[in-house]
Amino acid sequence: MSTETVDKPVKKESEALLSKRRKKIVSDPLNDDNPITIQVLGICSALAVTTQMKPTMVMSIAVIFVIVFSNLTISLIRKLIPNRVRIIVQLAVIATLVTLVNEVLQAFAYDMYKELSVFVGLIITNCIIMGRLEAFALANKPYDSILDGLGSGLGYAWIILAVAFFRELFGSGAIFGFEVFEAIGFSSDGWVGMDYQANGIMVTPVGAFFILGLIIWVQRNKTGYVEN
Amino acid sequence: MRQSNYYVILFSVILTVVLGGLLAATSEGLGPIQQKSIELDTKKQILGAVVEVTPEMDVIETYSKAIKSEVVDYSGNTVAEDSEGNKIVAEDVNVEKQFDKDPEERLYPVFKFYGKEGGEEIESYILPVYGNGLWDNIWGYIALDTEGKTIKGAVFAHAGETPGLGARITEDEVQARFQGKKLYNDQGELVSVQMLKGESNPESKLDEHHVDGMSGATITGNGLNAMLKNYFKHYQSYFNKKGATATL
Repeated sequence: MSTETVDKPVKKESEALLSKRRKKIVSDPLNDDNPITIQVLGICSALAVTTQMKPTMVMSIAVIFVIVFSNLTISLIRKLIPNRVRIIVQLAVIATLVTLVNEVLQAFAYDMYKELSVFVGLIITNCIIMGRLEAFALANKPYDSILDGLGSGLGYAWIILAVAFFRELFGSGAIFGFEVFEAIGFSSDGWVGMDYQANGIMVTPVGAFFILGLIIWVQRNKTGYVEN
Repeated sequence: MRQSNYYVILFSVILTVVLGGLLAATSEGLGPIQQKSIELDTKKQILGAVVEVTPEMDVIETYSKAIKSEVVDYSGNTVAEDSEGNKIVAEDVNVEKQFDKDPEERLYPVFKFYGKEGGEEIESYILPVYGNGLWDNIWGYIALDTEGKTIKGAVFAHAGETPGLGARITEDEVQARFQGKKLYNDQGELVSVQMLKGESNPESKLDEHHVDGMSGATITGNGLNAMLKNYFKHYQSYFNKKGATATL
């Protein structure tokens, strides 16, 4: 990957590896231009996989992997791609990477594969990835594209992890399967004297909508972002 | 030049070959590991019908101690070799493929559980079952007592049932409902076990042949009922034969 960083220093001095502009490429999608909360893309997977932290974590890693490497691949061959078939080329690259992820999961994390393979397959249709390829990778150099993919992937990841945190906490009373409420005394022999009553709505996609809505509310309140 | 038809076609062909080759290589390379994962998962499911499988458990080790298997045909006779003389191993019998054949033509694996540490006596028989859910296939493993009349445990899995509805057949709580249910009525007829429609049915409805349903998943439940009834019938002659030899 790092070989691409030597970005033709012919004309002028090469840009710093993490110059201000490049830092912005990574940090923008985390907050100000978040793919989920601002661009409102990739909502379906944000609802589907976020009932628990663990599958959400796997999903995040899978998406980051796919988005970074598809961005890189498309950026590397951007000058070769015929304009008329660019969308299908993007799709082919994404689909290949997603299938790779699926195969690896099947080999090394079969339980996760059983649980997630439907959703992993749907990464192909995740608009965030296609959006980045079309909007960024087709017109930018490989290294910048990697950073852009990383930014968008992380922006996606932290939101779905946040959603999953609250959904698992209130829906199952646990974090990463660790029974939080039981540990702080919500059990028949703890000081509360009764079990934690799981909030059923958090387990359904409706719960995800609530959490997502709240996150968007808080975030827009802070950043002052207004849809125009 | 980049827009000419020749270029587009050439580009597409090369892209397809490169990506296709990459995928083929991965699939080929990871194939054996995936096969192992699937095998491990199957053994986990089989054991899961009778014991609680914990993450710490050495599934392969326990399985080799606890389970002996055989394959029988529709009339209950042991089948050791196929028509070409190859040995048939119960673990390798693809229940899904067998499911596509007529019931009389199928091979029926039987997994005999000798206790977790492997004892002398058979503690229960574990039978694979296969059927149709609402969207896709469902399957599972049912542990029966030594007479083949009472359910000792059940695990179910599915390919594409709705999460939160039909997919709940994979939940421990749903599977536990089958424990202790009886397959035969007082007259000795096979009545199987039925999952009721709707959830939280009154106690009075839940006799030894009925279990509580899953609300919103009636069709999955019906598929489950049909699957159980079919396979209990298919394995009937196996247990009848067992009974006959036991009394000899």
